[in-house]
Amino acid sequence: MSAIGTDDTPIIEISGLSKRYGPISAVDSVDLTIRRGEFFALLGPSGCGKTTLLRMLAGLELPTEGTIRIDGQDMSMVPANRRPVNMVFQSYAVFPHMSVRDNVAYGLRVDGVPKSDAWEQAEEALNLVKLGGYGPRRPDQLSGGQRQRVALARALVKRPKVLLLDEPLSALDAKLREQMRLELVNLQESVGITFVVVTHDQGEALSMADRIAVMDHGRVQQTAPPAELYEFPQTKFVADFIGSVNLIEGRVQAGGNGQVRLLAPGVPVPVEIEQENGLPEGSTGWLALRPEKVDISNDPPADAARNTVMGTVEEITYLGEVSIFHVRLDDEHPLIKVAIANVDRVTRRPFTWGDRVHLSWTPTCGIVLSQ
Amino acid sequence: MATPVGPLDYARRTWVRLMLMVVFVFLYAPIVTLIAFSFNDSRRNIVWQGFTLDYYGKALRNDSLIEAFGNSLTIALASTIISIILGALVAVLLWRFRFPGRAGYEGAMALPIVIPEICMGVAMLAFFSRVGWPSDLPWPFSLSAITIAHVSFSFPFVAVVVRARLEGFNRELAEAAQDLGATEWQVFRDIMIPFMRPGLVAGGMLAFTLSLDDFVITFFTSGPNTVTFPVKVYSMVRFSVTPEVNAASTILIVITVALTATALWLQNRANDKAERAAG
Repeated sequence: MSAIGTDDTPIIEISGLSKRYGPISAVDSVDLTIRRGEFFALLGPSGCGKTTLLRMLAGLELPTEGTIRIDGQDMSMVPANRRPVNMVFQSYAVFPHMSVRDNVAYGLRVDGVPKSDAWEQAEEALNLVKLGGYGPRRPDQLSGGQRQRVALARALVKRPKVLLLDEPLSALDAKLREQMRLELVNLQESVGITFVVVTHDQGEALSMADRIAVMDHGRVQQTAPPAELYEFPQTKFVADFIGSVNLIEGRVQAGGNGQVRLLAPGVPVPVEIEQENGLPEGSTGWLALRPEKVDISNDPPADAARNTVMGTVEEITYLGEVSIFHVRLDDEHPLIKVAIANVDRVTRRPFTWGDRVHLSWTPTCGIVLSQ
Repeated sequence: MATPVGPLDYARRTWVRLMLMVVFVFLYAPIVTLIAFSFNDSRRNIVWQGFTLDYYGKALRNDSLIEAFGNSLTIALASTIISIILGALVAVLLWRFRFPGRAGYEGAMALPIVIPEICMGVAMLAFFSRVGWPSDLPWPFSLSAITIAHVSFSFPFVAVVVRARLEGFNRELAEAAQDLGATEWQVFRDIMIPFMRPGLVAGGMLAFTLSLDDFVITFFTSGPNTVTFPVKVYSMVRFSVTPEVNAASTILIVITVALTATALWLQNRANDKAERAAG
């Protein structure tokens, strides 16, 4: 996570932005500010409008409503070829009939840069993405990863104010994807250009971005740095979309004053959670509890301040680094997932199917959401 | 030791081989005969008298035949160029834009492919006489009526071929070019045309051979001063079938086959390339 080169002046200001196709809103009154030098991610499930938003930033789609300001200038209706942003497409869109060098130099050539200068800058850009010397090759002689680097170099060579990346890693295999995450972050730090990445992969967004906007149904649900998004989600959707979560519906018994008490059907005792923004008494709330924050034990925990419930182990899923225990609470209803790290190589599973166990968590572990 | 015939070894079954042979005989016996008898040393082209190349010489010295051949080439060249431009524009129009009645337009555009040639011929004749198209222009403008007629039936072939190729076009390529600063025209010139090129070449070859050997429509639109090669051959046959006609026809067959083979080869090569690029 880079904070280098980030300052608080905005490079992109989006306000009231909507894109409608007939009665359907692909993007629905979005307000968003992206800071200069930031690595920003638009995260959401497919069809949430993140790609449409990115394409509007690029100028490939024009908004139905609202404005986009790039570096202080209103760009809402400016066509793509006259915007100071460049894009790396999902299919990479490397021109198949041109050499790698001509691909990278294309953006400069259409701007009227003489061939020799354009080629020189293209070679520099290729060095930047570690493709030095690949200039004379044809795109059909490159691997998928190399073609992506060509697309990156081609966009960066124009020194855009913002680089837009549409699902940049989705077409790569798992190993390469992890490597490219790091490389993209390093590249962004070294060129100091604002990156806006669209992705549906939360792991990608969490590991690369300085800040993430989570989108659903054309709306931005929450914009925050990765850790805040994970630990302090503001909506059920965000809690559920980022990582794994136990969501338990209940009624707020007492709220406010940094303490929320939630009574959930199926959970025998009221759940005490410490959080700053209280909820009105009597309203519906959802307890969001991360599986790795729940402790599982045979005996009741000594610490009385912990929330404790009893249940029966129903299922165990082995995932390598952790095992997930699905525990059914006594009153039938809620099923709580608990993640236990497999610290020891020799499997010494302290609990097995059908065991009666105590589940406990501290008041600072969960969060009660109102929507 | 002969290996046993496998269940899918159709090519080794006697009846399949027999059928293939019959088909080939039906298809090619007349053409083979035509070519063979172009070397026949006889004025009357019925009995084999011996080998000679005389009639090729005679055909090549026949001024009116050469003139007809020149006319045919000129018309083919002109109508091909116009067909490529027109066909490509129609293909791009149908691919790129949505407008009311597009499906109808697409169907109507392909109509000349299916309309019987004789009807097209009569229609052209009626059309040109109705508008009073001048028939006494100096060469090569005297060929304009035939050229227009040829364009009208060959540009749909170009459009269909190019349209099919455009189906495989990745729109992100055009968007990428635009994103990099290219104007609409630059996108068309730098990205679209190179992508369409194999289709343009193949469609062009098709248009060229169609124009070169068209008889029916040309017959209705040609005048005494604008005789094309097929029309000339027809008029020669009306007097007598000499090996000279065979020789001239053989030359036309060779040209047509060579052009068609080139078109197919170019198309295949482009497809291979596209496949490799797609990885």
